[in-house]
Amino acid sequence: MTLAAPPPTGNAVETDSALEVSHLDVCFSVRGTDRQVLRDVSFEIGRQESFGLVGESGCGKSTTALAITRYLARNGRVAGGFISVNGQDVGSLSSEGLRRLRARTISMVYQEPGRALNPSIRVGRQLAEVYEISGVAKREAMDRAEKALGTVQISDPGRVMRAYPHQLSGGMLQRVIIAMALAAEPSLLILDEPTTALDATVEAEVLELVASLRQEFRTSVLFISHNLAVIAKMCDRVGVMYAGEIVEQGPAREIFDQPRHPYTVGLLRCVPRRGHRKDHGRLDTIPGFLPAPGTTETGCIFVARCVIATERCRLEAPPMYEVNASRMSRCHYFERAPELPRTTPEEVAEQSTGQSFEHFAEPVMRLRGVSKTFGSHGEKVRALVGVDLDLYRGETLGLVGESGCGKTTLARVLMGLTPADEGSVIEMDNEPVAPTVSRRTREHLRAMQIVFQNPDSALNRRHSVRRIIGRNLTKLTGLPRAKREERLLEIVRSVRLEERHLPLRPAQLSGGLKQRVAIARAFAGSPKVLVCDEPTSALDVSVQAAILNLLADMQSREHITFVFISHDLGVVRYLSDRIAVLYLGRVVEYGGAETVFSGTHHPYTEALLSAVPTLDGTKRDRIRLTGDIPSPANPPSGCVFHTRCPRRLASGICESAAPALLEVEDGHMMRCHIPLAQLRQAQNEESPGGPTAPGPTGASCVDAG
Amino acid sequence: MARYVVKRLALALLTLFLLSIIIFFAGQILPGNPGRAILGPFAAQSAVRALDHQLGLDRPLVVQYWSWIWDALHGNLGTSYEYRAPVSSFLVPALGRSLKLAVVAFVIVVPLGILGGVVAALKRGKMIDRVITVTGLSLSTVPEFVSGIVLIVLLAIVTKVLPVTADAPPGSSFPTQLRYLILPAIPLVFILFGYIARMARAGTIEALDSDYARTAVLKGLPRRVVIWRHILRNSLLPTITVIATQTGYLIGGLVVVEDLFNYPGLGRLIFTAATDKDFPMLEAGVLVIGVVYLAATLIADIVYTVLNPRIRLGGSDQ
Repeated sequence: MTLAAPPPTGNAVETDSALEVSHLDVCFSVRGTDRQVLRDVSFEIGRQESFGLVGESGCGKSTTALAITRYLARNGRVAGGFISVNGQDVGSLSSEGLRRLRARTISMVYQEPGRALNPSIRVGRQLAEVYEISGVAKREAMDRAEKALGTVQISDPGRVMRAYPHQLSGGMLQRVIIAMALAAEPSLLILDEPTTALDATVEAEVLELVASLRQEFRTSVLFISHNLAVIAKMCDRVGVMYAGEIVEQGPAREIFDQPRHPYTVGLLRCVPRRGHRKDHGRLDTIPGFLPAPGTTETGCIFVARCVIATERCRLEAPPMYEVNASRMSRCHYFERAPELPRTTPEEVAEQSTGQSFEHFAEPVMRLRGVSKTFGSHGEKVRALVGVDLDLYRGETLGLVGESGCGKTTLARVLMGLTPADEGSVIEMDNEPVAPTVSRRTREHLRAMQIVFQNPDSALNRRHSVRRIIGRNLTKLTGLPRAKREERLLEIVRSVRLEERHLPLRPAQLSGGLKQRVAIARAFAGSPKVLVCDEPTSALDVSVQAAILNLLADMQSREHITFVFISHDLGVVRYLSDRIAVLYLGRVVEYGGAETVFSGTHHPYTEALLSAVPTLDGTKRDRIRLTGDIPSPANPPSGCVFHTRCPRRLASGICESAAPALLEVEDGHMMRCHIPLAQLRQAQNEESPGGPTAPGPTGASCVDAG
Repeated sequence: MARYVVKRLALALLTLFLLSIIIFFAGQILPGNPGRAILGPFAAQSAVRALDHQLGLDRPLVVQYWSWIWDALHGNLGTSYEYRAPVSSFLVPALGRSLKLAVVAFVIVVPLGILGGVVAALKRGKMIDRVITVTGLSLSTVPEFVSGIVLIVLLAIVTKVLPVTADAPPGSSFPTQLRYLILPAIPLVFILFGYIARMARAGTIEALDSDYARTAVLKGLPRRVVIWRHILRNSLLPTITVIATQTGYLIGGLVVVEDLFNYPGLGRLIFTAATDKDFPMLEAGVLVIGVVYLAATLIADIVYTVLNPRIRLGGSDQ
């Protein structure tokens, strides 16, 4: 099965490496001054090798990729070093030579598939173009494009060919782009955060597809991601980037098992993993901030955030030390890196109230039969269907599911931003809560607050931090002026902001600090229930850890109930006491966090868990979910999950009858026809490695590069 | 698509209805009494009242509006107070002349403006970009009567390349008529060029910086194909809307240019009607401009839709 007859790459010389980047320096000129964004970046990718670049946003991963394709932003330039692809020096190519290189030798897959395709040209036409470049006639190019869509496992290529990008799902578009990238049978495939914008289940499928096609096409791969686990899964070797430098480089397995640079060590400790939970201890963080781009340090680039830094690190920039024949680290003390002391004390402040009695207490909030139906274009879209949930004091309820499952709608219904359907019951302390926020009592408004995903758009950028937090105090608490100031400072300190931050506006703060302001704002009125809608998804891992610690601390101190929404199962597991798994607006599984995550799961939960790549390197047989999520406007008959369920019963009951949400064991509810014992047996057979644990996944970060 | 067009059409009709109400009642607010205006300051008050009655001006306003709009729908736009003749016999030829001038100006300025904008965008930051941007901006700040007079002196009086007036002698052939219209069109081109070029430049730059343009370039497509196939179609969409909004000005707002070149178009007709308190003429003229404007906007919207599949095919997921 070939996608295209590869045209002979004319002037390319056969070399051992597909890509060689040597001492690359890249500068961006900003208002007349040069800012160096890449410094002495060197790495090599052998034939059919897969190399990963990993690091937080702004570290220069994407800039490296764009420098390789010579597509730097207009103000960027390569200031030193060289790049050679297949033995061709990219920097010295003529514009026609460069075009040929891009057409035949390098291909790229991008972060946001929805924006990478032209919105006004049919998908098939855009794919066929690649064949036309190599001189294939239009008709044949279209035929080949359709075949190529089959190669990337698109089941109805005909329909996809005729579709415009906006008519396809993100996962489908990413397949199209992968097909496009492989069409010319390139010798180097660059994947720049290819799954960051996708759901975990779709991510798993796309990663598997890339892995299998890599074997088939024998291409070398440069894989860029902020997600350590994805890189660990996909790459043979890896380079860890920090502030424009590669700080550590070597075989992926070794780097992740025995990191030899303080930054890598810190990064790996930031992510909650192996079932790490808030009552086991806090996450470690990397203190401080990324240096501003263009700052020139005389010493080590990481010195300001490094716990083991010495005077030598401040004065003398470390060279790339060889740790062993295959590994390098840019640290004077790479031998000491593994013993890096923690920056956050692990132990949790002693909780005065025991957890146990809470379960007998009355729930703070009770949801019964909460539904939400949207009407659009005459269709009824049931975003939530009969959700029953209880929220207990001081506990976190984690909401889990793919995008479009109703997580955010549920959060909005709770907050009264979207009114629930007639007949839905929302109660707080046994009193009904009005469906819309405008009709809620001040007491209910005070008692329920929310933290949004993106603090940039959630905070008024014209208001100072003092005003943002102070306004909520005035509006919600009715404290006298003198007490307000006192409380304001108390809240500010409790989210670890400082008084000097008070007069600043959101734009003057980093992402993590902004999210702290958003949390302080929410805490101002001492709420009973705090809804956190993906609060760390826009943040880098090191910042995410600090925010998660903060939330956990504040909860144990003030016994606030959290409703925590995240696509990242590791993060949800860290913070949650109970979990509700949503699919097409229905709760399919509900129970204690450990029961849901490590006990016997609903087939959907099982699939979600097994889709997450892990850092531990334990290979689990993935329970495949095939196909897209059905439209909530037209849900499948019977059990809504049956169209994608890998454990569907042969009897046909799944297709015909909708299962009820039943208590299958103590405190564990499930909506499935399969008896628990049978599920348990099936799941234990397939994962002999013990309880399956969700691995760490990085927060999806908006890459500035 | 069909539903969209029907919806837009209904909206246009509603707008037109509201416009007619505003025009009619604004006409009532203007000072002066038509009977007095027609008969002159020395006529007897009784005669004025009799004429007002004859014209139906003593009826309730709603009735007057209704009969006006009813007649207008039947093609009767009323009788001019000033000329005692049907308004349409003046309006139609004036509209024809205005359209001719507008079309000539359009045919010159739209391709020039788009070309200028696209070239400026492709050569962003270079000399030619600055020349186009600065020239466009400077030209659009020069009032029509200044550029018009300078052009008349240069092209018509000194070099005698083009005729001084805009209206060709009766019975002239089409090319001759065109030749007469070029000179008055130039000041309009000056005013609109900068505007259109700026929109085209901004749209092209946005498309050039887009992710899909990057995909197209990194596919290895030749630059020419990237620009023609991937950039232009997306980049010129906003420009279409801008062009449509200029139609109203070009059809009815050219009082100065029409006056300068002695061209009896719609702008001059309405201006004269306003000074003469010739309400039927004024109201009908403004209504016609409204219709033209709405038609232009509607056409622009439809073109926009045809070029943009996200609207054409519905984009619930976007």
